[in-house]
Amino acid sequence: MTVLDSTITQRIDAMRPHFPTEQALLIPLLHEIQGKAGWISRDAMQEAASYLHLPLSKVLEVVTFYTMFNTKPVGKKHIQVCTNVACFLRGADQLVASLEKRLGVHAGETTADQRYTLSEVECLAACGTAPCMQVNDDYHENLTEESLKTLMDKFDQEFQ
Amino acid sequence: MTKKLLTRYNNTPGSHTLAFYQSVNGYQALEKALAMTPDAVIDEVKKSNLRGRGGAGFPTGMKWSFMPKAPVDAEGKPKPKFLVCNADEGEPGTFKDRLLMTQHPHQLVEGMIIAGHAIGATRGYIYIRGEFVHETRRVEAAIEEARAAGFLGAKVMGKEWSFDLCVYRGAGAYICGEETALLNSLEGKRGEPRLKPPFPAQVGAFGMPTCVNNVETFCSVPTIIAGGAEAFASLGTERSGGTRLFCVSGHIEKPGVYELPINITLPELIAHCGGVLGGRKLKAVIPGGASAPMLRADEIEVAMDFDSLAKAGTMAGSGGVIIIDETACIVEVAARLLKFYEHESCGQCSQCREGSHWLARMFDRIERGGGTEDDLNMIAEICSNMAGQTICAFADAVTGPALSTIRKFRSEFEEHVRLGRCPCKHEGHAYPHSQIHHASARL
Ligand SMILES: Cc1cc2nc3c(=O)[nH]c(=O)nc-3n(C[C@H](O)[C@H](O)[C@H](O)COP(=O)(O)O)c2cc1C
Ligand code: FES
Repeated sequence: MTVLDSTITQRIDAMRPHFPTEQALLIPLLHEIQGKAGWISRDAMQEAASYLHLPLSKVLEVVTFYTMFNTKPVGKKHIQVCTNVACFLRGADQLVASLEKRLGVHAGETTADQRYTLSEVECLAACGTAPCMQVNDDYHENLTEESLKTLMDKFDQEFQ
Repeated sequence: MTKKLLTRYNNTPGSHTLAFYQSVNGYQALEKALAMTPDAVIDEVKKSNLRGRGGAGFPTGMKWSFMPKAPVDAEGKPKPKFLVCNADEGEPGTFKDRLLMTQHPHQLVEGMIIAGHAIGATRGYIYIRGEFVHETRRVEAAIEEARAAGFLGAKVMGKEWSFDLCVYRGAGAYICGEETALLNSLEGKRGEPRLKPPFPAQVGAFGMPTCVNNVETFCSVPTIIAGGAEAFASLGTERSGGTRLFCVSGHIEKPGVYELPINITLPELIAHCGGVLGGRKLKAVIPGGASAPMLRADEIEVAMDFDSLAKAGTMAGSGGVIIIDETACIVEVAARLLKFYEHESCGQCSQCREGSHWLARMFDRIERGGGTEDDLNMIAEICSNMAGQTICAFADAVTGPALSTIRKFRSEFEEHVRLGRCPCKHEGHAYPHSQIHHASARL
């Protein structure tokens, strides 16, 4: 099964006139792939390499450099809690602890039902509304134990 | 009441739209700038004393004047010039560019078009950190509106000059905020900083002369052109014009982004934000993003402008002010910061790669009670092998929190060593559960 479809290639082709090189389209293409598949498999890297006429090694080099690119599958909801200093000062570690307890996984792991992956991440540039976390594309800020519980209950319901 | 230049229309519904922006005189500065020569625009920005808001505080007008006027390649063909906006906003404690892009994206677009005119660029890129999905959409929508209105594209406002903007998303790497790493990332490569010289003004994006500025820097440009350089300069100090967006976080009653005079004092700033959280006692302040050396509570009588903070042995950096109260353990805070640097070192230079790793391990060991007196003495030695020894300023940044904490709070470190545990980890401590996670906590 190929991951590159016409929606993706059209978006990339639309960006092409803005850039003098093909390689500049690599990171946008990887974002598109991950947006669709949730992660970037070796096969997907090969497809990206062929599409942009780059050697696979160039793609690998880039994928492995950037934290946001997942090289293994993640849960449908990727919960990324900021544990950098401002969030830490406002209790981020307790949020991680209660998420670990609720989900039954450690930070860095995915639940057995593939619904959730829990990660600790560095500063999300939302320190004024700490503690905060990002779930897929969305930020959740000014979190408390209660608001976290409400949010997680809502996510659970979405899976019902 | 402080004069607000960049955030006057905060929280105004629709402030991100072109219709709103034009209803408050948006794009009139562009019209004025296009009637001026590029050199006149650069002179105006020089006179305004605008200094870059990305961290280094470099004079913006001077940076623009470093751009070659009519560069040619080896065959004598003219080379394009590029403009780049640094919207990577990765310095821990900094969250102002996010606000500017969400609420006032046209201010950024207008500032970039004026800058493009001043340096004679044909194209601009806005490099936005990958996590900012919604912010990216806002900026893209603003670009589209501006293009439809004739402010971007072929013949900007009917003039013989074409200029367009394009958004580029980062993918989670703090180092890509460093301008040459950013340029590599923009070219679709690993975000590893480049050796300077050549500087980006000579060899920048895709080998072409390039000028890189921060979001807030560009956002200040329309108000300089519209209101005049003198008005802008007069709001600041002799060497640094305008207002500044301070991002205040940590143990503070009212965290947030505050646009204030650039030379407000730190105690005034803390008071302005409602004081220390819960009325507790202040212990320390990180005044300019995670890389800025910490100030102890008895050192905070200082103005927040670039020069005053430099004189106080720290830096104004990115405007990220992190307040730390008496309930925090400084060793634990420092360990947290060093874990960040260990994770984010790009690994290119061995001093930085190894040094960040060593420091992170040592601070963590000390925090958990396994440190020795030798560890305490070795911190400064490791730092001296890092600062100024590498391709970019990341290694210097690491030494900011490492050296300032061990020097200014040595007794707290010594107590950890003596007790063989963190003295703050007892019942009644504000955050008794906090502990450093080790296992590879990220994917
Ligand atoms: C490690 C490191 C990280 C940086 N991160 C950022 C950043 O996130 N945003 C930014 O605008 N500048 C950042 N900078 C500063 C840029 O290199 C550059 O000086 C700045 O974008 C220039 O813009 P200005 O002149 O408008 O300040 C960083 C520098 C270093 C050394
Ligand atoms: S420290 Fe958590 S968002 Fe900045």
